[in-house]
Parts: sequence; structure tokens; C-alpha cells
Amino acid sequence: MEQFLPVFFVMAMGLALLLYVILDGFDLGVGILLPLASATEKDTMIAAIGPFWDANETWIVLGVGILLIAFPKAHGIILTALYIPVTIMLFGLILRGVAFDFRVKAGDARKQLWNRAFFGGSLVAAMAQGWMLGAYITGLQENLTGYLFAALIALTLPALYVMLGCGWLLIKTEGELFDKAVRWGRVALLPMAVALLLVSIATPIVSSEIAARWFSLPSAIGLLPIPVSCALAYVGLHWVLRRPDVLRTRYSCLVYAALVLICLMAALGLAYSIYPDIIIGRMNLYQAAAATDSLQFIFYGVAITLPVILLYSAFVFRVFRGKATDLSYE
Amino acid sequence: MELDPFVLARIQFAANISFHILFPSITIGLAWVLLYFRVRFTLSKNQAWEYAYYFWVKIFALTFALGVVSGITMSFQFGTNWPGFMERAGNIAGPLLGYEVLTAFFLEASFLGIMLFGKSRVSNRVHLIATSIVAVGTSISGFWILALNSWMQTPAGFSVEEGVFYADDWLQIIFNPSFPYRFFHMMTASFLTSAFLIAGVSAWRTRLGVDGPATAMVMRTGVLMAALLTPLQIFIGDQHGLNTLEHQPAKIAAMEAVWDTERGAAFTLVGWPDEETRTTRFAVRIPYAASLILTHSADGEVQGLNEFTGEHPPVAPVFWAFRVMLGMGVLMLLVSWVGAWQFIRVGSVGGKMLFALSAMTFSGWIATLAGWYVTEIGRQPWIVYGLLSSADVVADHASATLEGTLFGYIGLYVFLLVSYIQALRYLASKPAQSLTLLHNYRGAALAGEAR
Repeated sequence: MEQFLPVFFVMAMGLALLLYVILDGFDLGVGILLPLASATEKDTMIAAIGPFWDANETWIVLGVGILLIAFPKAHGIILTALYIPVTIMLFGLILRGVAFDFRVKAGDARKQLWNRAFFGGSLVAAMAQGWMLGAYITGLQENLTGYLFAALIALTLPALYVMLGCGWLLIKTEGELFDKAVRWGRVALLPMAVALLLVSIATPIVSSEIAARWFSLPSAIGLLPIPVSCALAYVGLHWVLRRPDVLRTRYSCLVYAALVLICLMAALGLAYSIYPDIIIGRMNLYQAAAATDSLQFIFYGVAITLPVILLYSAFVFRVFRGKATDLSYE
Repeated sequence: MELDPFVLARIQFAANISFHILFPSITIGLAWVLLYFRVRFTLSKNQAWEYAYYFWVKIFALTFALGVVSGITMSFQFGTNWPGFMERAGNIAGPLLGYEVLTAFFLEASFLGIMLFGKSRVSNRVHLIATSIVAVGTSISGFWILALNSWMQTPAGFSVEEGVFYADDWLQIIFNPSFPYRFFHMMTASFLTSAFLIAGVSAWRTRLGVDGPATAMVMRTGVLMAALLTPLQIFIGDQHGLNTLEHQPAKIAAMEAVWDTERGAAFTLVGWPDEETRTTRFAVRIPYAASLILTHSADGEVQGLNEFTGEHPPVAPVFWAFRVMLGMGVLMLLVSWVGAWQFIRVGSVGGKMLFALSAMTFSGWIATLAGWYVTEIGRQPWIVYGLLSSADVVADHASATLEGTLFGYIGLYVFLLVSYIQALRYLASKPAQSLTLLHNYRGAALAGEAR
């Protein structure tokens, strides 16, 4: 159990953060795209994410929660080092979250203000998360290289969210907004690729150990499916975004699915790089783990509730399947 | 002026937690009230109940969103402001918070979508179930967070090795000595907060003349709820006080500003506790009353603050917060009972009562905040009572960093609170949907006369 539990929790944490990126990623992406749409399109865009965002956002609470529960020592160090970007992200998430309701409840005179808050909150949260990712994968270095790299990821990661947002809008919308989403996707594709490439090359540069892990035989061959499937997904995205008819007819979920594949592969690659460390080069997951008794107590909880959560989340997505309709309490 | 980072970290956390509690203290109770409206509609087919639901679910959704976003902030601030707490007590606090996320957060957040926007997509039964799940979820959330808070006040079921807490018995940890009191006190507080909110907003709408048949029904529900729950809350609070006297006598001494241990202690109605001279200035006292309230015996012994020198909380804020809470409780009892009497006797309330109710709209917030200040400031200087001091677990951020983020947070929270109350006023000032029932009713009656 002592060996197994920390590994189990690090996997659960990874899963929660991956789900956060692919789920709240589309919410944030839609938020960033909001100013580009007309007034009625804005309402449709919000309606496409309205029933889901709250549960989507909960995945980051679970991810950070597991870090807190299972690896309290690492939690303290990481969150103290990332104090400012975390605070900025929280401001962003707060504005985005309340704007959903305020934009339709505070009166028409204020709708514009809350639309802006929705956009600003989404963008700020996305950039802060990029900064956090950049700082984390360079081992939380507090020097110029570390900051520059974090800034670079902060500027490019929102492109991934924008792509996820486009992918989601293709599933949920039709007509003119659908066409716009295709165009937005074409623009955001390249910056997204740059962001992912930067993340991929950062870790081997920072740590020679990680570089050795990736670029030595025979593991390099075993790892080949990760870059290859990402490259194929990228080419596929590039191709399909120029053939909107394919998307319009039956395969509207193609773009989103390809992005999920890319995110999954990126997560696997990152996990392979970092494991068994939890703070690169400073602390491994066994050193950071909480007491075995406490982990065991929460293990049963996770083992039972996580599948149930996934089941009812799927149920909610099924209830709201199909093209988005106007949000109404009636 | 350079403020101490410890003080800043505390102010920041206090600002966050104070802002956060405003919203769950409404949604925990309001979720059940909404379920009640839905059940009444399902059973009676009276359209007014459904309109009551539609109006209040809007406010519920807005309130819920504010609770969610401010709650997420808190889950991060445990790590950013008090990293030492998680390093030392993480084995206990971690799993309790984890269970809150796993058994409550996802449940609420997922089914909230169906509750709010799924009415036309699922059957009435599934919608009722989704609404019930949201209500249960909000209460489960309260269960876990109060288990943790109570454990920090009255720790049990643990052992300490080299300064780190280890869990020995989870049932003892969860059901620690103060948990049942604190849990029921907070749940009832939440029901009271929502009762006065729905009654107050309904009264305000009536005064504005935009009320419909549903408005009066909601007001009646709120007033009767408050009339039943206020005395219950006073009873629970009294029991909670006895429990605190047993486990945290220094907190009680601060609440009552009792400096020296004495029998037959007087209750200080008002006064200014002065920690330098260790006396209460300008005190107005009722003889024997403190002993009577706290020990239920006129010559019962109350321990004084001087027995806890250096280890008792700041006296004035605890003393005053306690009086604000008590004062609110008395006002709530008065208004709700007179209101209930009018509703039962006359079937409606008078103009003065409408004014009183709308003035009391946010009385639950004041009482809840004051109550939390009593218990949380009253826990100081400890973060885990008697075992781990708050100063030992604070993060070492620079004062400037904390000042900057503190101003950011406070600015944002003031803006959001103003926006929230404005949105509430805006929604409440629109003519009630249930007015259409009245028109139809009048139309039907006129048609009947014509025939």
C-alpha cells in the first residue's frame, strides 16, 4: 500500500487536471472568443457552455485538492511559489464565473460590462494557468530563464483553449456561428502547436535526466506513438478545418476529438518526463506523500466516488446533447 | 506603514472567508426552499408555486455562482497563505476537504445544470430528483467543512509525532465534541438567512407594488419558517455555548469579557473591554446573568481571562461580535413572531411589518458573520486549538505582495457584493410573473359575470 497509494493519487491528480484542461478549456476558450461574436451569437455561445462550466471547473478543485491531500509538502511549496499567478488566475475565474449570471440578471445596461468581464476573466485565467504550467515544468526556478519561459507559455497556452472552444462550438452550434468557429480554429491552430512544442522541449532542456529518458534507445522507439499521434492529429486538424462540409454534415465532433487526443498524449508525455518527481529535481512523490493511513481513508472515497462522478457527468452531458438551445429556467 | 505579513495573511483569509460564507449561507437553505416550492407545485398544481420557483431559482443560480468562485479561492488559499497548516495537519484536514470535493462539489455542480436549465429536457420526476440532489449536495458540503472547522476547534481522534498530526480514529475526528452543535447551528443559520431573504425581498416587492399571488405565498413561507427556526436556533446556540464552555473556556471568557474567575458572574450587556487595564469600561451589567446563561445555575463558576494570559483571543472583537449576533437573534424573534401572528390571524401582514421585513432582508448575513467572528477570532491564537498556533503555519510572503493582493481581493469583493445586491434589486423590481395568474383570474371572473 505504501508504494501503491502515492502512485494511485498522482494518477488521479493527473486525470483530474487533464479533465480540467479538456473540459474547462473549452469554457475558457469560448470566453476568449466572445468579443468576436455578435450579440445573439454571444448568447448562443454562453448557452453552449452554461450547463457545464461549474462541474468542469470543479476538476481543478479536485486536482489541487489531491495535491493538497496526498502530497501536502509539495502543495505548500508549489502554491507558495506560484502565489501571484494563482491569485491572478483566481481573479480571472471569479470574474468569468459570476459573469455567466450577471450578464443576464443585472439588466441590459450592464450586459456589455459583464460580457467584457467574461472575456477578460477567461483570458486572464487561461494566461495565468499557462504561466503556472511554464513555471512548474521548469522546476519553479526563480530566475530570468524561468520567468521568460513561463511568460512564453502564458502567451501561447490560451491558443489551446481557443482551439478547444472552437471544437466545442462546432459540436454545439450551427449556421453563421459555426462558420466563424471554423475560421477561428484555422487561426488558432498554429499558435497552439507552438505552445505544445515549447512545453515539450522545455523539460529535456531543463533536466538532462529527462532528456536521457526521452532520447535514448530503446525507450525512444516505445515513446514514438506520442509525437507521431500528435503530429497526425495536427495534420488532420489542418485538413479538416479547410473542409467545413465534413464537419457540418456528420463529424462535428472531429476537431474536439483530435484536440482531446493531443491533450491526452501531451499529458502522458509530461507524466513520463516528470515521474517519479512531483517537483522536478527537488522532491519525489514518496517524499511528498501524506501518512499512509490518511491516504487509505481517502483512497476508498476516491475509488468509489470518482467512477460515480464520471457516470453522472456523462449523464449531464447526455441530457444537454445536441445543438445548444437558449438557456431557460422554464 | 509596514504591516506584519502574519496580520496581512489573516486579514486576507478573513476577507475571503467572510465574503464566501455570505453565499453558501443562502444557498444551503434556499436549495431546500426551492425543492419545497417544486414539491408544492407538483402536489397542488397551483401555478403560483411554480412561479415562486422560477423567480427564486434565478437568485439561487446567481448566489450559487458567487459561492462557487469564492470557494475555489479558499481552497487555494489554504496552500498559499497557510502552507504550514497543511504540512502539519494535512493528514487530517486533507481527507476531510477531499471528501467535500468528491461527495458534494461535483454532485452540486453537475446536477445544478439540470436543475437550472434542464427543465424542458427531462421529465418532472428527473428534475425533482436533480433539485433534491443539489439540496442534499449543499448540505453534505456543509457537513464536511464543519467537521474540519470543528476539529480545529475541538481536536479529537489524532496523535502527534514530531509536530505532525496523524489520524487515529476518523469517526472521532469527524464527530468531534463540538461538531454536532456547530453543524446544526450553521445549518439553522442558513435556513434562517434564506427565510429572511425570501420574506424580505417579497415584502420589498409588495411595497413596490410589483407583487403577485406567489409573492405573498413566499413571504408567508419565509415568515413562518423564521418564526419556527429562530427559537430553535436560540436553543441550539445555548447548547453550543455550554459545549464551548467545556472545551474552550477562554473563548467564553472573551465573549463575556469576564476577567477574573468568579461565581455568580454578571452578564455585561454593553461595555468596552480594555486588554491593557484588563477591565471592561462603561460596563452595564445584569447580576448573575452570565453564570445563569453559561452554566444554567446562578452561582455557577465562570473562568476568567486572567487564567489564560497570553493564550486568549483578542477580547473586544469577540465580545462585540457575540453581542451583534445576540441582538440580531432577538430582532429576528420579534419580527418573525409578530409577522407569523399577523399571517395566522389576519392572513396578511401590515405596512409596518412589510417595512420591518424588508429591512431585515440581510439580517441572516449579519448574524452569521458575527457568529463566525465569535468562533473564529475566539479560537485565536490557535489554528488547531491548544496545539498549533496560527503564527507557526503562516507563509513567508513579503508584506508588499500580500498588501497588493489584499487590495485586489477587497476591491473585487466590494464590487461583486454591490453588483449582487443591485442585481437582486433589479430582479425584484420587475413585475411578478404570477401577476398573469391574477389577470387570468380577473378575466375569467369578468367573463363569468358577463355570462
